[in-house]
Amino acid sequence: MTKATQTVHEPLLRIAKRDGIPFGKKVLVRAVAILLALVVDALFIFFVTGLNPLAVYGVMYQGTFATPVRISWALRDLATLLCVGIALAPAFKMRFWNIGGEGQVLIGGLATALTMVYLGSSLPAPLLFVAMFVASAAAGALWGFIPAWFKSRWNTNETLFTLMMNYVATSIVACMTNIMRGQASSLGTLNKATKAGWFPVLFGQRYTINIIVVLVLTFAMYAYLKYSKHGYEIAVVGESENTARYAGINVRRVMIRTMIISGAICGLCGFLIVAGKDQTISTTSAGGRGFTAIIVAWLAKFNTFYMALISFLLVFLERGASEIASAYSLNEYAADIITGVILFFILGSEFFINYRVVLRGETHKEGK
Amino acid sequence: MAQTQYAIRLEHVTKTFGGVAANQDISMQIRRGEILSLLGENGSGKTTLMNMIAGIYYPDEGQIYVNDQLADIRSPRDALALGIGMIHQHFKLVDVFTAVENIALGLPKGERFDLRRVRDKARAICEKYQFALDLDQKVYEMSVSQKQTLEIVKVLFRGADILILDEPTAVLTPQETERLFEVMRNMRADGKAVIIITHKLHEVLEISDRVAILRRGCYVGDVLTADATEASLTEMMVGKKVELDIERPEPKDPVRRLAIQNLTVYNAEGIKVLDDVSFDAYGGEILGIAGISGNGQKELLEAIAGLQHAAPGSDVKFFPPEREHQPMELLGKTPRAITEAGVHLSFVPEDRLGMGLVGSMGMTDNMMLKSYDAGHSPLVDRKAPQELAKEIKEELGVVTPDLNTPVSRLSGGNVQKVLVGRELAASPIVLMTAYAVRGLDINTSYTIYRLLNEQKKKGVAVLFVGEDLDVLLQLCDRILVLCGGRVNGILDGRTATKEEVGLRMTNLVKEDAEQ
Repeated sequence: MTKATQTVHEPLLRIAKRDGIPFGKKVLVRAVAILLALVVDALFIFFVTGLNPLAVYGVMYQGTFATPVRISWALRDLATLLCVGIALAPAFKMRFWNIGGEGQVLIGGLATALTMVYLGSSLPAPLLFVAMFVASAAAGALWGFIPAWFKSRWNTNETLFTLMMNYVATSIVACMTNIMRGQASSLGTLNKATKAGWFPVLFGQRYTINIIVVLVLTFAMYAYLKYSKHGYEIAVVGESENTARYAGINVRRVMIRTMIISGAICGLCGFLIVAGKDQTISTTSAGGRGFTAIIVAWLAKFNTFYMALISFLLVFLERGASEIASAYSLNEYAADIITGVILFFILGSEFFINYRVVLRGETHKEGK
Repeated sequence: MAQTQYAIRLEHVTKTFGGVAANQDISMQIRRGEILSLLGENGSGKTTLMNMIAGIYYPDEGQIYVNDQLADIRSPRDALALGIGMIHQHFKLVDVFTAVENIALGLPKGERFDLRRVRDKARAICEKYQFALDLDQKVYEMSVSQKQTLEIVKVLFRGADILILDEPTAVLTPQETERLFEVMRNMRADGKAVIIITHKLHEVLEISDRVAILRRGCYVGDVLTADATEASLTEMMVGKKVELDIERPEPKDPVRRLAIQNLTVYNAEGIKVLDDVSFDAYGGEILGIAGISGNGQKELLEAIAGLQHAAPGSDVKFFPPEREHQPMELLGKTPRAITEAGVHLSFVPEDRLGMGLVGSMGMTDNMMLKSYDAGHSPLVDRKAPQELAKEIKEELGVVTPDLNTPVSRLSGGNVQKVLVGRELAASPIVLMTAYAVRGLDINTSYTIYRLLNEQKKKGVAVLFVGEDLDVLLQLCDRILVLCGGRVNGILDGRTATKEEVGLRMTNLVKEDAEQ
C-alpha cells in the first residue's frame, strides 16, 4: 500500500488501426502529405541550394506542362509505363512475382522490329500492323508462358526465373540488332525512308495511337479483374492455392493463362515503344519500366485507374527532376532528393490512411 | 513484496477498437492460490482483456493494479517484470532450438549466457510442478502438448506467478488435458494465480475455483465453481436459457451413399497417413470420426473430396440417389469433375480461411467460390450470391458490418457460419465437416449441431470429424475411430463409452472384429 497515489501516464502517442476511412478524408490525407512534402522540399531547396523554392517548383511544373510537345511526351511516357503496369497487375494479383516485365517488353519490341524490317516492304500497311501486333503479343506471351510452365510443372521459383529471362531477352536483342545492322555502325531508325510500320500522326499528335491503345487496355483490364470469371479465379489463386483447389479451380491452368496474358500485354508495350515511339530497338528500349511498373501496380492495389494516377505522378516527378537539373545546372542528386521527398511523403501517407495516431487523454467517443 | 489478497485488480478498464467496445468498464479481481476461469462467447472480449494484463494492448481507460500497486503495463516485458506471463494459443518458439535454448532466449540483457545454469533451474521447475518435458529435445520434434508445456515452463522460468492460459486445451487430447490440469493444480498449491480461458464448460467445472463471465465486452459477474452448473454458466454467458441437450433422431431408412474400400494415402513426404481404410456412410445418419488430431482425418476427407491423391488399390464409390445400383468412382476425379458429375458433396474443411473461404473477400464473393463458373457467360454473376449471402446472414445471424467486409475480419464463429451456411445451401447429398465447432462458443456450436441434425433428417450422409468426445457420443449414430491412419473400430454412438473411444484413439486394437 505504499505510494498508492502514484500516477501512471498514458503514453503520449498511441497508434490505432483504422477500420475504414471515408473517401474525402483519404483525399485530404494525401493532399496534406503533398503539401508537407513541398514545405520540406522548400526548406531543402532554400537552405542547401540557395534557390527560390517557388521558382524551382515552377520549373518542375514546366518539365511536363511548358509546351504542347512536352505534354505530349509526358502522355507518351505515362502510357508506356501504365501499359507495363496493366500487364503486371494480373500476375501480381495472382501473387505470381513477375519480375520479368522488362524482358517481356523487350522481346515484344524485338518481334515488332523484326516484322517491320523483314515484312515492311512486302505487306500493305494495315496487314503489316496486324502482323506486328500479333508477333509482339506472341513473343511476350511466350516469355510469360515459359516461367509459368516451369513453375506449374516443377514448382520453380518464378521470381528468379522471370528475372533471368530478362537477361536472355537482352542478349537476344543485342544479338539480333547486330545481325540487322549488318555493316552499319549502328541500327539507327528502322524503315526511315518508307516509314513502314510507323504509327501515323493522328489529330496532329504523334502518340495518339499509343494513348488510345493504353486507354482501352486500362478499361479492359479493370473489367477483366473485377467482373470476369478469370479475374475471380486470379483473386482466389492469389489468396490461397488451397482454397483454389478446394473450389475446383485448376491452379496450373490459371497460372499459365494469366502469365500468357501478362506477357502478351508486355509484348504489346514493346510494340507501342517500337512502332509508336522509338522506331528502333535496343537493349535499353524498355528503360527499366518493367521494374518501375511493379511499384505502380502494387501501390494502386491493381486498380488500373489508380495506376494511371500513379504513373502520371512518377512521370511528372521524373520530368520535373531533369528539368530542374538542367535549368539550374544542379547536380542530378539534388533534383533526385527533391522528387524523392515527395515520393516519401506520398508513400508515408498510406500509413496515416491505415492507422491513426491517438494523443494522450483523447477518448474514443469522437471516433466513427 | 507484501503478499496481498489480490494478485490483480482491474478498475473500470475499457478498450475500444474503432468505435466498438471490446471491453467496457470492467472491474474484477484475480486472487492468489486460485484458478479462475474466464468464460464468455466468441467476441465477448476475454482475450482482449487478458492481453491488456499481459501488456499486448494498453487500456483506453481504467487502471490495473498488480499486488495492490498501480501498474503501467506497456509491453509483455513490463508484464513479466510484474510476474505476469501469458500462454497464447499460437506458440512463440524457435523450431530448431532445444527446449533449454528456447528458455534461455528470454534471459535479460547483461546476464551471463550459461546454458547449464538455465538447464538446472528449468529442471528444478519441471520437478516442482511435475512437468513431463525433455529439456534437450528440439521443438520441431515436439507434440503440440509438449510445446505448450515448454511455453509454460518458459514463463515460470522468468518468474511469473500470475499465469494466463488462452484456450490451452483446444489442441490437447483428453489425457493431455488431464495432465495439464494436474500441473495447474500444482501451481495453485504453490500460491500462484492461474487464469484459464476455455469454451469447454465441463473443464471449467473440473478445474477452476471461481468463474468470471463476460458478455459482449461487459463483466457479468463471478460465481464460485462449486455453486455453478453447465446450465447456470451458459445462462450467464448468453443472457438467456439455452437447451444443452443435443438431439439424436433415429436414422430414417438409411441408404448407402459412400463406400470406401482400402483407401491408402501417402503425404507429400511419402509417409503413409491413411492405411487401408474401409467403411460405408449412409444417408440419414451422422457418422462421427474420432481420433487424436493428425491421425488421418484431414487426408480422409480430402481424399473423398478429390483433394488428395490416393494410392493404387484405393476405392471410393458414391451411390447417387437416382441410380443407386450404378455407383460412381470418385477417386482420380478433381473437385470440379466431382461437382460436374452431379455429386452434391459439401465439405467444411478444418482450415476455414486457408481452404474453405477467401479471407480477403466479403460474404458475397465467398458465396460463389464453388459456383462462380456456372453458365456460359465470361462474366461472374454476383446477384444470386448476394441474395444467398443476405439469406445466410439473416438465418444464421452472422455479425458483419457489410456483405463485402472481408471475412477474415469477422470473428471465428461468424467465419464458420458463413462457411457452413454456404456448404448447406448447396443442398448436399454427402456433407463432410472437420472440427466444425473448434473455437466456437456454446451458442454457435449448438446452432451447428442443430443444422447437422436438420441435414441428417433430410437424408444427407453426414461425416463429422470431431475432437470433443462428449459431443461425438451425443450427436453421432456411429463413431469411426482413427488411430495412426487405420480404422480402429466403428462403434455404436448410443452404446459406446468415452473410455472405449479414448482407448481406441491411442491404442490399436489387434483383433479387429468389426466388419
